[in-house]
Amino acid sequence: MAPHDLRRPFKRRPISDQQKRRDLSLLRQSQHRSDAQQRARNLASSVISLQSSSSPDVDPETLSEPMPDVDTTGHESEASSFDIRQASSLRGPEARKWFASQLMLPEWMIDVPENLSRDWYVLARPAGKRCFVVSADGTTVSRLRNGSVLHHFPSALPGGARKKGVSGPAQSYSILDCIFHEADQTYYVIDMVCWRGYSLYECTAEFRFFWLQSKLDETGACDPPSFYHKFRFSVVPFYNCDQSGLHSAYTGSLPYVKDGLLLYNKHAHYHTGNTPLVLIWKDERCSQYVIDTDNNGQVPNQQHIVLGLQDDGKIVTSDDPPVVVNCLNADFIKQSGLSPGSLVRFAIGDGGLNCVDGKFEKADLQYISVSNRARAFADSYSKIMFQYMARHSPVKAEDLASVISQENQQDKPPEVEMSD
Amino acid sequence: KLVAMEVTQLLLNAQSIDGTVRKHAEENLKLFQSQNLAGFLLSLAGELANDEKPVDSRKLAGLVLKNALDAKEQHRKYELVQRWLSLDMATKTQIRAFLLKTLSSPVPDVRSTASQVIAKVAGIELPQNQWPELVGSLLSNIHQLPAHVKQATLETLGYLCEEVSPDVVEQEHVNKILTAVVQGMNSAEGNNDVRLAATRALYMALGFAQANFNNDMERDYIMRVVCEATLSPEVKIRQAAFECLVSIASTYYEKLAHYMQDIFNITAKAVREDDESVALQAIEFWSSICDEEIDILEEYGGEFTGDSDVPCFYFTKQALPALVPLLLETLLKQEEDQDLDEGAWNIAMAGGTCLGLVARAVGDDIVPHVMPFIEEKISKPDWREREAATYAFGSILEGPSPDKLMTIVNAALTFMLNALTKDPSNHVKDTTAWTLGRMFEFLHGSTIETPIITQANCQQIITVLIQTMKDAPNVAEKACGALYFLAQGYEDIGPNSPLTPFFQEIIQSLLAVAHREDATESRLRTAAYEALNEVVRCSTDETSTMVLQLVPVIMLELHNTLEGEKLSSDEREKQNELQGLLCGCLQVIIQKLGSEPTKYVFMQHADQMMGLFLRVFGCRSATAHEEAMLAIGALAYAAGPDFAKYMPEFYKYLEMGLQNFEEYQVCAVTVGVIGDICRALEDKILPYCDGIMTQLLKDLSSNQLHRSVKPPIFSCFGDIALAIGENFEKYINYSMPMLQSAAELSAHASGADDEMTEYTNSLRNGILEAYSGIFQGFKNSPKTQLLIPYAPHILQFLDSIYMEKDMDEVVMKTAIGVLGDLADTLGSHVGGLIQQSVSSKEFLNECLSSDDHTIKEAAEWAKHAITRAISV
Repeated sequence: MAPHDLRRPFKRRPISDQQKRRDLSLLRQSQHRSDAQQRARNLASSVISLQSSSSPDVDPETLSEPMPDVDTTGHESEASSFDIRQASSLRGPEARKWFASQLMLPEWMIDVPENLSRDWYVLARPAGKRCFVVSADGTTVSRLRNGSVLHHFPSALPGGARKKGVSGPAQSYSILDCIFHEADQTYYVIDMVCWRGYSLYECTAEFRFFWLQSKLDETGACDPPSFYHKFRFSVVPFYNCDQSGLHSAYTGSLPYVKDGLLLYNKHAHYHTGNTPLVLIWKDERCSQYVIDTDNNGQVPNQQHIVLGLQDDGKIVTSDDPPVVVNCLNADFIKQSGLSPGSLVRFAIGDGGLNCVDGKFEKADLQYISVSNRARAFADSYSKIMFQYMARHSPVKAEDLASVISQENQQDKPPEVEMSD
Repeated sequence: KLVAMEVTQLLLNAQSIDGTVRKHAEENLKLFQSQNLAGFLLSLAGELANDEKPVDSRKLAGLVLKNALDAKEQHRKYELVQRWLSLDMATKTQIRAFLLKTLSSPVPDVRSTASQVIAKVAGIELPQNQWPELVGSLLSNIHQLPAHVKQATLETLGYLCEEVSPDVVEQEHVNKILTAVVQGMNSAEGNNDVRLAATRALYMALGFAQANFNNDMERDYIMRVVCEATLSPEVKIRQAAFECLVSIASTYYEKLAHYMQDIFNITAKAVREDDESVALQAIEFWSSICDEEIDILEEYGGEFTGDSDVPCFYFTKQALPALVPLLLETLLKQEEDQDLDEGAWNIAMAGGTCLGLVARAVGDDIVPHVMPFIEEKISKPDWREREAATYAFGSILEGPSPDKLMTIVNAALTFMLNALTKDPSNHVKDTTAWTLGRMFEFLHGSTIETPIITQANCQQIITVLIQTMKDAPNVAEKACGALYFLAQGYEDIGPNSPLTPFFQEIIQSLLAVAHREDATESRLRTAAYEALNEVVRCSTDETSTMVLQLVPVIMLELHNTLEGEKLSSDEREKQNELQGLLCGCLQVIIQKLGSEPTKYVFMQHADQMMGLFLRVFGCRSATAHEEAMLAIGALAYAAGPDFAKYMPEFYKYLEMGLQNFEEYQVCAVTVGVIGDICRALEDKILPYCDGIMTQLLKDLSSNQLHRSVKPPIFSCFGDIALAIGENFEKYINYSMPMLQSAAELSAHASGADDEMTEYTNSLRNGILEAYSGIFQGFKNSPKTQLLIPYAPHILQFLDSIYMEKDMDEVVMKTAIGVLGDLADTLGSHVGGLIQQSVSSKEFLNECLSSDDHTIKEAAEWAKHAITRAISV
């Protein structure tokens, strides 16, 4: 029986750095596990909210469930902003569908709308990732169109950081429609959906832009990054779409790289999904990405499009209602292993496209493959046509300018006054 | 069958210096054992008992016998126990008789071996109610025994107490054992060997003496005998008696008030006058008292509530005026080169350590007792006095309030910085640098109101520390430690760190230290990387570009360790240690840079870094594996779904990690990393799940794997289920029964002790996390119904852990979450079942009114889910 060792740690930390690393890892893992579970749990509540916004994709089984916590009788705009907050915890395909259906998506400009200078704003779209930024409960989360989290960070937006002294009411959350510009790590705000719990869905673009312009700066969100404010926000300058406005947006020097022009109809509400009241237009001068590239960044010789396959073999665009492009025969569908609902990639052959009144008369399509599964939607009619025109007879900047100047002519008081 | 002569020769040959002979004999012994276990064990016992046989063969016979009864590894031990229990009674009876007979052998070594073997047999048999006459026969006529037999008998009783749990020995036997042991210790016992054996036996029997310590008379008697034994003329007896006091200090703290004055006098005399081996035990007594009081006061939370189980008697505080001078005296008894010797432990070190514990136990009160000593000696010409004063100062920095210390520390800071550059003594500099580290550890940081490090002195402090890092390895190591705490104090400083202007210089200097020729001495290299890690961990965005620049540097160093030259085993060991440090450093950097906005630039290194980690797995080193694995977990989190590209190559190492039972830390870390990968890859992990699940299920059914790995494996089931959703279907039939039987075990494993309760709770938490993940993974899937058959059992499990009333907050939160998950996923199918459960009522209500907001949140969610489930 040997005497027992009495040695105690001498001039040493009781916990080794290795143990500390181990402990920190365990802590990180258990936090992430708990986050993942939390996300999964919240999925339930948002499936319910999807019904309240009457999304067509909801499983009929879940539809029949009661919705104790959702005030379906409430104001519609409130219901939809409630949804977005809940949806911050969505993930996977639900999140992709949900977010894609919550953002207002521009149509591609395949012809120039009327009354440009009177009814429309123009702004230069920053190159970068389109995302929703939601600030609530002391934190800010940005989510891409596909629902994945881009950043989780503290910000000077209302309720966007856990900061002592400036805690607002619990309901004080805000939702911004932004583009994250990688080079200067800045969120360029292109629209405001919700501000301090106040919904702007039912407001006109004119009001939303005014509100955005006046409110954002007050919060300090446009200040340089600091401890409680990880990324700078910036308002994208917008102009009336007259000659000078168009000129400024198109040629003006801006702190960001441009990717085309966005045109907003001043009277339009924030409409989720595709809308003809917001348009995107691009040419080589104001965008690096006019013609779609393939996965390797190369412009393919032929235009590629992605269409959805219906039960009856028709292949259609993502528009609502869908535009039929062509029809596949049953043998071909079977041979290629396609099934209804598949998204299918085609190339447009030399026969090209021919459309009359928004319908395809003739389309020379060559089958390529089933589209990769990261995609949630087929291409829209306007996108297919814009890309087609970009390759053959694009809408040019001069076309826009000339439409505006013609309108100006018309707007001038008539030279001859009519007498009663 | 072997004859006795052959056994003797075999046992002697097995100790031969001739390797061939030895090997041959060992093989024959093994063969014999496997062919006829009963005959083999009987022969060994016979050999041990036979006084005609050579001592060497008898000793080895005893040792082989002992090893046939016990092993370190749990699974092997279990096998051996089963084998012994399955022997026929006649053989066992004969072996027991041989063993008891050996106790009267004239050969001391043989007796001692027999004592240990008897205890091993008792350890197996007493819990089975076998060999009930053992204690009686040992004690039957102990008073009439010749001294050497008495000594062996007492030794046997000691080992027996060490081997057997108190609850399998009847109180009547316990009383007899203690009576015999304490009588053997008594000064009336004329034989020193008997007295020593008795004293050592008491040390092991103290755990049996609960009832006796509750009885005033018996306790008085035991304490008197122990205290008397500390005054024995025999140094070994004095030492053993003090060991008993140390053990009593922690086991029977609350019974000591009556004896403290006497014990103080005895310990003070021993510390001042006795042999060092005795003095060290005497100091340890006070350290143990401090340990107890620190624990008790920590539980009080600083205020006396009166309803605590063990009250604090403030023995340390009462002894303070006499105890502190006693300890300060020891500080002057340093050994010349103690800082250069890793294994050193002497009275000065023990005294200083005890002084530190006293400071923690009494707080502010210690300061006036120590300051005069420090002030008198800190500038003396004799290095011993300067070192002792500095060490005393460093020792009391933890415990007293910052307010009490601030003025003194501020005044001392300049002095210390000066001493660090100018003092000629290595020993003084070592202690000074350590003391600076203690100042930064306890008096620098965001919670301290008046900072000791200011804009005015920050530059000087850093300059001195960097300069000191070039000093002798032991001093440089302490300077790295001081820098570690300097950085740590700025952990939550916000965007602008005072370290930013010096960041580059600090990093460069630490790398330079790590590269010193003598960096492997005094743990210097490890200390340098640890400080580097802390500096990186606590760095702010301002310096992220500099941390980025560090990435290729550390990667290059790791690369260099992998370029295989032929290394000696010693060099290889150092190489592996370095690989572990570098992987650890990369892990810290990944966590720092792996999120926005540095992520993109950082991830450009990911391919190359992953390549290096995979090569580290090629080297055989558990520490390096573990570190590389942890780093990969962090990388997976940063990479997200992109991590999929590493999986084909990485997978086999993942599997290897899960198979590493021996180095169970590696296995545990690997299990955790699978969770990281699940969250990063989500359903892209599916192709690997068959392999992973197979291995995890094997791990769970293995009795070789350390039990601490099992709870995280269950949690990992949940991670996998959540990632792959309804694809988990094919594992349901395997995982659910495992979860179910583990749940049954953990529901009622009401803790024998705190450690067991803690383990049970971690097991419950793992099981519950598995259920949560599985339910949530299956939600909204048509396959949900597969889970319905398991619902009754799960609800029952929740009910029973609720009724046990011994779950901790973590389990509470997870458990109420599972209730919600079950309702959420299975909905109306289980509405009735849920309503019948206790969990959905009392437990839920208890959670709803919890102060812990995470529990409350989970409960509110569960309530919501249940309302939906039962309203359909």
